[in-house]
Amino acid sequence: MSPGQRLYIIIVGCGRLGSYLANRLSRDGHSVVVIDIDESAFDALSAEYSGFRVEGDATEFAVLEQAKTDEADLVIATTREDNINLMVAQIAKKLFHVPRVMARVFEPKREEIYRDFGIEAVCPTSISGDIFLRWIEGSSAMDGKGS
Amino acid sequence: MDILIVGGGKTVYFLCRTFLSKGHKVTLINRDLDECTWLARRLKAIVVYGDGSDPQILEEAGAYTANAVLAVTPNDQDNLVICQLANLRFRVPRTLALVNDPDNEEVFKQLGITAAFSTTRVLASLIEQRAGFEDITNLIPAAEGKVNITEIELKETSPIIGKPLRDIALPENSLVASILRNGQPIVPRGATVLQAGDRIIVTTLPENHGQVLRMITGDTE
Repeated sequence: MSPGQRLYIIIVGCGRLGSYLANRLSRDGHSVVVIDIDESAFDALSAEYSGFRVEGDATEFAVLEQAKTDEADLVIATTREDNINLMVAQIAKKLFHVPRVMARVFEPKREEIYRDFGIEAVCPTSISGDIFLRWIEGSSAMDGKGS
Repeated sequence: MDILIVGGGKTVYFLCRTFLSKGHKVTLINRDLDECTWLARRLKAIVVYGDGSDPQILEEAGAYTANAVLAVTPNDQDNLVICQLANLRFRVPRTLALVNDPDNEEVFKQLGITAAFSTTRVLASLIEQRAGFEDITNLIPAAEGKVNITEIELKETSPIIGKPLRDIALPENSLVASILRNGQPIVPRGATVLQAGDRIIVTTLPENHGQVLRMITGDTE
């Protein structure tokens, strides 16, 4: 995306990650819709957040229709359940033809398989795992100097 | 057949018992430890405790050698992922998903799950089609619900009795397939005349089903 372009972004799940993304993207001037099954989750949105809130289960087709998913440039599925994220990502991509779709997937094996199916998945487990591993290798390399 | 079932509750228990009694080998995956113990005590099935949408659990439960996978959990997203993993990762030839939200039946088909069924939709259509037609005793949806086979007893009030079949203008795509008269089956021809008390077997499509039944029973409601 080019800088300054105003995108229509749907974020599924208003937890720590979902609200963080929603607040940032809304502040950057994008048009944002957040979907969460629990109304109280929207409390995590900042005062600056100027987007929409849709209360509902995003695996229900009708809820995605209500959020005007067919017009979205980007859908990000961030709920705490891998399978919800994978299902929503696939519906957005294959049924609503959203150009860019991403899903958060905690289970690294699942992430790997779905990436083979063409779903862009972000796996926090393997990302932080890799950072820790690099850090461990880095510090053992330093230790190794002495021995 | 080697059948792998993911889910819980009474449905799974009875489903499993039915398959076992027909001589199939059944493996169950359930994510509730107490329920696993309960099922394992009562069924001659292998019970695996874990999340059925976890590729590792599926593999442990023998997904590579399963002939069919049934995903019948109460969560549509889990059933979708279970079937997709079974299909694409483990190459299970047949997968079947339960769909709780009836709209998801179409969604699942578009996402490559060919056999998705919604109990809500099946029950709703059975009730809708049956309500008001008490003389209808049997209704079987065939060809994945594209064709209905219905058995109806003809009453004295039926507008189609006393006439040869060829004179009865049933809607297109419907057919009186056979007649049971005094327990004897008759395959009707154009000249066959229907009588009160006949039990007729009619094939219809969901679109003309109500119309055909109303013509046969004379019920205008």
